[in-house]
Amino acid sequence: MQDIKTIEPKIQQEERQYSYLNLGPTHPATHGIFQNVLKMDGEVIIDAVSTIGYIHRAFEKLAERRPFYQITPITDRMNYCSSPINNIGWHMTVEKLLGVEIPKRVQYLRVIIMELARITDHLVCNAVIGVDTGALTGFVYLFQQREHVYEIYEEICGARLTTNLGRIGGFERDFTPKAWARIDKFIKEFPPVLKEFEKLLVRNRIFMDRTIGVGGISADRALNYSFSGPNLRAAGVDYDVRAMNPYSSYEDFDFIVPVGTNGDTYDRFMVRQEEMWQSLSIIKQAITKLPEGPFHASVPDFYLPPKEEVYNNMESLIYHFKIVMGETDVPKGEVYHSVEGGNGELGFYLISDGGRTPFRLHLRRPCFIYYQAYPEMIKGSMLSDAILTMSSMNVIAGELDA
Amino acid sequence: MELNKEARTIELLKEKFEDQILLIESPYNFLTVTLKADKIIEVIQFIYSNSETQYQYLTTLCGIHYPDQNQIAVMYQLHNLPSNHRIRLKIFLPIENPTTPTLTTIFAAANWLERETYDFYGVIFSGHPNLKRILNVDDMLIFPMRKEFPLEDQRREDKNDALFGR
Repeated sequence: MQDIKTIEPKIQQEERQYSYLNLGPTHPATHGIFQNVLKMDGEVIIDAVSTIGYIHRAFEKLAERRPFYQITPITDRMNYCSSPINNIGWHMTVEKLLGVEIPKRVQYLRVIIMELARITDHLVCNAVIGVDTGALTGFVYLFQQREHVYEIYEEICGARLTTNLGRIGGFERDFTPKAWARIDKFIKEFPPVLKEFEKLLVRNRIFMDRTIGVGGISADRALNYSFSGPNLRAAGVDYDVRAMNPYSSYEDFDFIVPVGTNGDTYDRFMVRQEEMWQSLSIIKQAITKLPEGPFHASVPDFYLPPKEEVYNNMESLIYHFKIVMGETDVPKGEVYHSVEGGNGELGFYLISDGGRTPFRLHLRRPCFIYYQAYPEMIKGSMLSDAILTMSSMNVIAGELDA
Repeated sequence: MELNKEARTIELLKEKFEDQILLIESPYNFLTVTLKADKIIEVIQFIYSNSETQYQYLTTLCGIHYPDQNQIAVMYQLHNLPSNHRIRLKIFLPIENPTTPTLTTIFAAANWLERETYDFYGVIFSGHPNLKRILNVDDMLIFPMRKEFPLEDQRREDKNDALFGR
């Protein structure tokens, strides 16, 4: 006892010493390539500086040189956990610019695909939160389900991760019976797995201790930082693009916009969890209500004609050639369209000067906007909590860096 | 209802900043107001705090280069979440000296968005706490999104695609 008393005043006299830690750029726990330089006092984070841009691929510049249909593959590579939402968001932006009316069936099919994509996005995020708290089991179970969704994509568009799904105007072909069978199988098999995953984590003492009150942000700060998506809803603001500005017939479906209260990691986890259930319900509604009709809109300038016609019909051949070479002009205009992506409001601000390519395409990437709050959110917390905060914010490097 | 709210915003703006407004339009039903550059922050502060407009959510912010006019535009897009109204504000800056005050005093979200705009267009946001490049390398000398920089090296000879105009 005597010893401690004599030592203590001495420590206070000395200047505080901090250590600096590089978290990233390639750290397995950051799930992507970005660096954070942390100023640490022991294990407590005093300050953080984020460096991003490691996988910047100049999407906005690339888009200025490409015909509209060739921009779809670029959008794949933003939030690659839910690329169909990006693809369809982009198609809808161009359709809005062209003023095309989209058949009801296409809109419903798009809703099904977008909700499947939302499930995979949230599923990856929540599974990874589990991994970062030390629960690998749930991750393995959920990733098997993600595989089943990817098989559905595969049947619809031929690709799995970077989907390039659909076309301007609709889909290149209708869903095959095999695709429907896979969707039915998925909505039957997924709920028990998700339920099991919830049982594993939601009331798990260790998980709750690790996540409640970790990396919280107030609704005011979240709004000031322009948060959107599950991260904003976890803070208690019910802003969902699907509900507020319905696109693609979202107004036809009943769904709840779940909100949290504290904006912490646990709330973000729970909001995503509930959104998966809501997405499932939307998919079921869309399947029951699915109207008959064409699987694409009539946009001959952008939609490739069927191959039989191309080989036998002059008109179709010309269109085919013009479309593939990207020689179709669009109207002049300035249009903003946003969809509810996996991470929040994914916006496309498109200025067209009437040429074959956009004059300017600005991508509102939700990740890029809310990730700047990260240093503020982790100040004063432990290093291991900072990892959890990052994974629960679902920061996707591809979307962050464009 | 929607039109009334937008009309009210225009009315208020005209009342307060009559001399600042250059153009009011609504392409694809999106209220767009082009303003003179000098009082942009006052205008945003006004529509942010006015109880009737309350545009308190910064959706996005970006630069646009118009090489023909030798100008760089900065576009601000704000959202009134409770009543779901959006507004787009635009200012035009001369390319020789594209300087405008920072919006970080009102929106924390403007920080990186302004850095991105600086990085790609060279717009100087005076008063910004940390105005440096964000996505490109620090020692880059150009502002790559300006139209004078082509995507591909135009001097390449192995790819002479005269027909389709690379």
